[in-house]
Amino acid sequence: MSIMDQNGGSVIAMVGKDCVAIASDLRLGNEALAVSSNFQKIFPITDRIYLGLPGLATDVTTLKERFRFRVNMYTIKEEREIEPETFAHLVSSTLYEHRFGPYYVEPVMAGISKTPSGGFKPFIAATDLIGCLNYAKDFVVAGTASSKLYGVAEGLWEPDLEPEDLFETISQTIMNALDRDAYSGWGCIVHVLTKDKVITRTLKARMD
Amino acid sequence: MNTLVQRFSTTSAQSEINKAKALAADDQDFDDFAWGSEAGFGTIAKGVPTFSLPAVPDPRAFLRLHTDDHADPNCRIKIQHGTTTLAFRFKGGVIVAVDSRATAGSYIASGTVKKVIEINPYLLGTMAGGAADCQFWETYLGMHCRLHELRNRERISVSAASKYLSNLVYNYKGMGLSMGTMICGWDKTGPSVFYVDSDGTRLKGNLFSVGSGSTHAYGVLDQGYHWDLSDEDAQELGRRSIYAAGHRDAYSGNTCNLYHIKEDGWHFIGNYDISKMHYEGPGNVPGSENVGYGYDVRVVGRSSANPPPSAPTPVVAA
Repeated sequence: MSIMDQNGGSVIAMVGKDCVAIASDLRLGNEALAVSSNFQKIFPITDRIYLGLPGLATDVTTLKERFRFRVNMYTIKEEREIEPETFAHLVSSTLYEHRFGPYYVEPVMAGISKTPSGGFKPFIAATDLIGCLNYAKDFVVAGTASSKLYGVAEGLWEPDLEPEDLFETISQTIMNALDRDAYSGWGCIVHVLTKDKVITRTLKARMD
Repeated sequence: MNTLVQRFSTTSAQSEINKAKALAADDQDFDDFAWGSEAGFGTIAKGVPTFSLPAVPDPRAFLRLHTDDHADPNCRIKIQHGTTTLAFRFKGGVIVAVDSRATAGSYIASGTVKKVIEINPYLLGTMAGGAADCQFWETYLGMHCRLHELRNRERISVSAASKYLSNLVYNYKGMGLSMGTMICGWDKTGPSVFYVDSDGTRLKGNLFSVGSGSTHAYGVLDQGYHWDLSDEDAQELGRRSIYAAGHRDAYSGNTCNLYHIKEDGWHFIGNYDISKMHYEGPGNVPGSENVGYGYDVRVVGRSSANPPPSAPTPVVAA
């Protein structure tokens, strides 16, 4: 068994019309034994950037703190909030620093970025465990249920969904994918980001 | 040398097959074509079913190398393993309860597997390990139980039936058969449960659980077990134990199938969704308080860390 599957867990992010959504399960396991049903894998970085970290739980916790430190340093030095594109590169270079002894996580980012003209643009990205960036126009997935998430998302996602419809789509996608994955599940959390608010909901999921 | 040993050995699977072939030769008109396939039950005239073996000098060593996952977990032929099954004996008969999940690695291949095999109206077998192995050999066992009835004008005892199965699988030891099963039934001696596995182990006992979720099930089962349990409470204990395993074990879950064996044979009690049991309980069934088994129902509203569900869902404004 891969070290990436030790604790289980999955994250997905999707693009909508002037909004993005990011969702994860809440399981923390020790191989087959489920230990916690309230293990958060998605962390707010700024009011407009959320970061999902599926993978080895010890590295999830370490990296969460590491990114908090680096984003704080950036904010102090630059005297402004970090933009999603910049944050994606920060994630990528942080991971590549450990090219020959990596953190076992596959980060997924969702954010709303500001355009030079003052508008807003949805942004999602994912990287592998050594920081190879993958931008997508539709959705990105990671974690033990990634193959199942791809399957359901390919079937359900459509362009330009309004926040409420995007919420429904991402919720159905993750809930159905999780029902086919033994290492993910035990609860679900969904965040929908728009330019002026974040909607967070926990879903009633299967508990087996 | 191996081929020589095999030809003259009286216990190996190969010699069984040789004996069967010799028998079949005496049995003039029955050739393989008459029955379609050698592994079909039509070959009963020959005594044992025969299978095509790998064309190597020592098929047993070959199969052990490629299928036995005790020795090598990375071997190429993988067999489904995740499961929770349990059976226990009490004054009111035998309770048999199983989950219904089939996994292939982390992928949940099915959530509606029937892991109880109805051998005949008085005998049940449970399925853990290789699904095909359990299904085939327990059905085959059923056939021999019927022959026993016809020959002896009485039903086979659970003890005899389970010994028949354990002797049978022992002949194939080391060839990759994988089964952990409980043979349960009611005979002259009353209710009985036997554990039989593909290593050749056969154990008589009051209470068994088999599979990846068995430790979780034993936890609940041991705690609630008593010989003088009422029928309703025994059924509830079976359900509750499978729920516990389905909840914690990644390889068990989806639904629980419950059987009760009484003097007049087995009865199917019901199929229960494990997630539904978590939130709402098993429904309005005897023995159940009809509240969710989940941890939540025991802590909700008891402290500020577990607010009642009426509390508004958090909406974070940017």
